[in-house]
Amino acid sequence: MASTKLDHKKRPIVVVTGMGIVTALGTGKQDNWSALTAGRSGIDRIKRFATDNLRTTIAGQINFIDNGEYCASTMCYNLAVLAVEEAITQSAIGSRTDFPGPLFCAVPPFEVEWPLRIKVAHAYSGSNAPSENLFASLAASAEAGDWRDEFTNAQRESVAERLADTFSVRGQPISVSTACASGASAIHFGVEAIRRGECDAALCVGSDASVNPEAMVRFSLLSALTTRNDPPQAASRPFSRDRDGFVMGEGSAALIVESLQSATARGANILGVLQGCGQRADSFHRTRSNPDGAAIISALTNAFNDAGLAPSEIDYINPHGTGTPENDKMEYISLLEVFGDTLKDVPVSSNKSMIGHTLSAAGAIEAVFSLLTIENGSLPPTINYNIPDPEILLDVVPNKSRNKQVERVLSNSFGFGGQNISLVLCAEPV
Amino acid sequence: MTCRKGHRLSKNTRALITGIGLVSSLGIGVDAHRKKLSQGSIIPITEMIEGVSYPVHPLCNIDYEQQIPRRGDRRQMGDWQLLGTFAAGLALEDAGLAADDDAKSRTHLLVAAGIGVRDQESDQAIINQVVNLPNDGPLLNQLLMDTLRPTLFLTQLANLLAGNISIVHGVTGSSSSLMGAEMAGVSVVENAVNRIQSGDADLFLVGGSFVASPDHLLSLIAMKLAWKGEFLPISQREAKGGGALFGSVGAFLLIESSAHAEARGATAYAAIREVNSGNGVNRSIREVVKRLMGTVATDRLLVMSGATGIEPQTSEEKLVLEYLGIAVKDLQVRSYSNILGLSSEAHFPAGVALAAIAAHHAEPYVPFDISEFEHPTNEVADQMLVTTSGQWRGAGAALLDRIE
Repeated sequence: MASTKLDHKKRPIVVVTGMGIVTALGTGKQDNWSALTAGRSGIDRIKRFATDNLRTTIAGQINFIDNGEYCASTMCYNLAVLAVEEAITQSAIGSRTDFPGPLFCAVPPFEVEWPLRIKVAHAYSGSNAPSENLFASLAASAEAGDWRDEFTNAQRESVAERLADTFSVRGQPISVSTACASGASAIHFGVEAIRRGECDAALCVGSDASVNPEAMVRFSLLSALTTRNDPPQAASRPFSRDRDGFVMGEGSAALIVESLQSATARGANILGVLQGCGQRADSFHRTRSNPDGAAIISALTNAFNDAGLAPSEIDYINPHGTGTPENDKMEYISLLEVFGDTLKDVPVSSNKSMIGHTLSAAGAIEAVFSLLTIENGSLPPTINYNIPDPEILLDVVPNKSRNKQVERVLSNSFGFGGQNISLVLCAEPV
Repeated sequence: MTCRKGHRLSKNTRALITGIGLVSSLGIGVDAHRKKLSQGSIIPITEMIEGVSYPVHPLCNIDYEQQIPRRGDRRQMGDWQLLGTFAAGLALEDAGLAADDDAKSRTHLLVAAGIGVRDQESDQAIINQVVNLPNDGPLLNQLLMDTLRPTLFLTQLANLLAGNISIVHGVTGSSSSLMGAEMAGVSVVENAVNRIQSGDADLFLVGGSFVASPDHLLSLIAMKLAWKGEFLPISQREAKGGGALFGSVGAFLLIESSAHAEARGATAYAAIREVNSGNGVNRSIREVVKRLMGTVATDRLLVMSGATGIEPQTSEEKLVLEYLGIAVKDLQVRSYSNILGLSSEAHFPAGVALAAIAAHHAEPYVPFDISEFEHPTNEVADQMLVTTSGQWRGAGAALLDRIE
């Protein structure tokens, strides 16, 4: 296979040559991997802002990096820079200020946040009588002051544009937003660009720092978050019978994807192969999957067809596994349909039990963890798994990591709006 | 190593525009736009946003029920999602695919997605209580818990325009939403064309929608990019510091491989030969147009110019037009921003739509602006160059071929 450098569909084989990561468990692959395999939770009480009057008061937060005054896009950018620097260093491609390819960046939808909105309103109210028309007073304040940097930061493309500057990427940076599937979508975009021959290498990033009052209230109102605040470390319970919602998490991951041809030519160390990607949109409901699982099943099948592999060849599954009653049930039903009886023999463990749901970054973070699982020959556990759900018969690697060599991993990401994407990641081609 | 954009044009993998859904201040659909833009003289439609002296190109009246029949669906959408879902429905209908469930299940969705409009009433209620207590976190939490509604989140979430299109129209091949205002609009068209030309897929529903709301306008004002006061044609704004007016637009395109279109007997408006948004670190409009000039093969070129009045991008585009005026014997220019406004995610797809309509009909457009570049013409161009610059970053252009 390696001699042709083409896959079963005669496309360039796409490999990963660099990875970087930051989550609530720490900065860098080493710290993250040792915490993850030790079964340590990064979930804790929120300290960055007051949580009085909120239903959920915990998250997988990154408090060990100074981000200054909180602003989601600035923090997203800072986290992404850490992840990208680690990835570029490992890959030894270009330099830390000169990445020779395009950027595909998964980020949450930014907007003008409350602290800024209040500041603009406050600047107006300081010198004027209160206005009946909120917009008129905000507009007057925006006109009078210089808020250019703050508002530019709040634009949807700001993180990707700032990353493009910092790393001198090539071409228009792409900001991907497919809700909780965004990280995997960014990787899919990178893989396709290489397969089409548009570039030899691409930078795929996912970054999310959405833990703020309004975002938490929004997810709370959809009953998506667990309210089991005490103790925080025990809150995230994927696949357990008593799971009742996810925990928000922050983090970023970066992957350098590259054609095997280019990686071999420059003598790069190959960390794994992005063997297949599959997508399918669901048309059933805005926040729920079709109960028959058809779209998820189709995304899985598309990924296997794209990879040229059968489900029986998968050794380990890194599931979406959010810990909401709905997600875990639907993911199980769909996996069962595709894998059949052999599913019970395939280990499936959810990183989200320890780092929370990192939303737009999750697909990228979990792709990095999937490749580390292959590299290290050990499966991270699903922690807080004490009461199995009798309707979900999976080997979730309960509570303790397990030594096992795996070669082929399936990683799933699903999102509101009917987004379903699956990646197949494999060991280095032989 | 740099990016390479493909030139793998084979007969079967030309990217054709076979359906257009366009809604703007001018009206609804291809015919409404074609008629208004090819007769008499055009008077841009603008109105002031309430309480301020900033004009916008407002949305025309739309009966959303025609494309979004279920009331339950309409109630769960924000204005921009209604507009986009409506325009996407028009494009499917125009392509003759509205009732073709099989084709729609194979159609890939690429949406340039903004975020939704905030609820001004809720925000005002919250601001009024916290404005003089800016550090009272618990109070803000309580107000958010009391004021926000679950549906509000879904009307604001970027990828829920695509989600609503899947639900209402049954388009489920795959679904990707890209963010980033005008440049997201360029990227979705570029990605669809690249994927068709590489033989990766046959059918794409591509576009975006933008509703000129106070919330978006606030950002434009704060970034010092908004045009204030009475409407002035774009060509005359530079002397007064420049600036853009927002315009509400929904624009979707059905982009299809030539093999697929031929097999089902579909008529195409035009072919998209190439889209470019910069291959290196330089992403200026000059660089982007330069990269497409190698594929210009005519003396009769129509430039659908997307410059919006924002400086320095508008002056940079003027230099490009001056250059094209020398390089191309019969250069026609139409400034679509002057009639549609700056329509963010919908901007580039709308420019492509207008160029494709011009390519398909024998009647050329009358001038859109009173600039030195625009002249009445009786000749239909052979190729169309559509340009767009980002509000603060990037530029993109597409080259379209008329189909004989």
